[in-house]
Amino acid sequence: MVMPRGTAIVVVLVLAGLLLVPVLGSNYLVDLSTEILIYMLFALSLNVLIGYSGNVSFGHAAYFAIGGYTCAILLTTYEWPLLLAFPAAVLLSGLAAAFVGYFCVKLTDIYFAMLTLAFAMFVWAVAFKWRDMTGGDDGFVGVTVPALIDGRVPYFYFTLVVVSISIALLWVICHSAFGRTLVAVRENRTRAGFVGVNTRAMRHVAFVVAGTFAGIAGALLAMYNHGMYVESAFWTESAQVLIMTLLGGMYSFFGPAMGAALLYLLNVFTIQYTEYWPTVQGVILLIILLFVPEGVVGLGQKIRQQLAKAD
Amino acid sequence: MAVLEIDTVHKNFGGFVAINDVSFALEEGETHAIIGPNGAGKTTFFNLITGHLQPDHGSVTFDGRAITGMAPHRIVKLGLARSFQRINIYPRMSVFENVQVALIARDAMHFKLFTLGAALNRDETSELLALVGLGDEANEVAGELAYGKQKQLELAIALAANPKVLLLDEPTAGMSPQETAESIRLIEQITVARGLTLLFTEHDMGVVFGIADRISVLHHGVIIASGKPDEVRNDEEVRRVYLGGSSHAAA
Repeated sequence: MVMPRGTAIVVVLVLAGLLLVPVLGSNYLVDLSTEILIYMLFALSLNVLIGYSGNVSFGHAAYFAIGGYTCAILLTTYEWPLLLAFPAAVLLSGLAAAFVGYFCVKLTDIYFAMLTLAFAMFVWAVAFKWRDMTGGDDGFVGVTVPALIDGRVPYFYFTLVVVSISIALLWVICHSAFGRTLVAVRENRTRAGFVGVNTRAMRHVAFVVAGTFAGIAGALLAMYNHGMYVESAFWTESAQVLIMTLLGGMYSFFGPAMGAALLYLLNVFTIQYTEYWPTVQGVILLIILLFVPEGVVGLGQKIRQQLAKAD
Repeated sequence: MAVLEIDTVHKNFGGFVAINDVSFALEEGETHAIIGPNGAGKTTFFNLITGHLQPDHGSVTFDGRAITGMAPHRIVKLGLARSFQRINIYPRMSVFENVQVALIARDAMHFKLFTLGAALNRDETSELLALVGLGDEANEVAGELAYGKQKQLELAIALAANPKVLLLDEPTAGMSPQETAESIRLIEQITVARGLTLLFTEHDMGVVFGIADRISVLHHGVIIASGKPDEVRNDEEVRRVYLGGSSHAAA
């Protein structure tokens, strides 16, 4: 399997453009790019679950937050080196997803979604109440970031490398034998079972993959902000990443990354004019659901087909 | 030797007895048809054999191994595959992918997260598609195929599991008489070529006489007759059930 040529060209161009961002000399642009990269990874991780396995999660922020808090606490409270703290944070996110996923994949559809939400609210409650460890609603502030990457531009490059490698791994997973079969499970669980696929185990693995990569994004955010806050575990964070995924298009691998960038930029743009960002977000969600259910990528494909027909 | 044995299997749906203490043996290598009017319990019978439903009591033995209560995906792995009466494919995937995924599952590759999928089993997928007459439709979206072609795709998916025993649930349901005849001929060819043991259901008696070695008649959840086509055709009770209550007269 090779990537379609057009997609590959866009990926290379975006990567090249990102490498050059610090050269432009705008601190603001470097920060913005770092944040967007983190949310791109977060949205792509969720799409393994939504787009590929067909299970909607309302609680994906849980693994994002577990990755973030674990990395922050291990680096700062326990003074672990980054090379241990970061993998440990990712591992713990994956283990949490394995535990929660075990129960969630017993259910389907709305019951699945509500259970993911329930577990995520539990994670939020722990982050909120376990003040000694997490800082509670004051947040966990003053994260120790290793000197090598502690700086706007070094941290941007660190994020770019980690996110690129993560996205490459996700791409392989989504296009693997596993990924192909997962789509079949999404399309028709009964049929997949009758060709010999343990569909529940497939959905469980997808859950763990999604949680693990969300943990990477969370750890990156904690170090970027030099802090971790309970908002990152709240259901609104789960809702935002869900909107990013839908906005970009869940039936395309890169769609959610595009959705993440778009929604983030819209957010930044909107809060200059109004404090009612949630309202704007609501309107965006309505527009997606009513008019472009397959997201920006799906819309692009439709337009291209129409143009091809017109020729 | 019986490859599939069903012993006093019973299934009750909230007071309605769908399958009533049915015992049945499928001999290795035979082509066996289960006929009966719509609503006789044929699909329920298949669902009980393949793990989709659990019997209230009774046992199912496949290849000397008890499979009662086993999950469908494990039963398939033992060599018992099925198709469905109602189209049961992956509608938004390509025809090619529909079959390829079944081969990936057969080879137990579906938990390989870092083995790219597109190049797997390409030749075998194409061969299977050609076998069922879908060689030219490989790249079409499965859900957009004509009904009869979707039925053929069902067959290819079931065959991909490389089964020893194949269960086809009304393989010709909804087909025109001409499609039915072609389809039955194709199934017969494949069964012979692959040395399959075939168990299939059909509501139209006329269809099965040409290819079945043995026929069992299911009526109100009970097998009322079982034997060679001629024996079944001349059975008093079968004649009564078919000629009396159904528009599908005995051939």
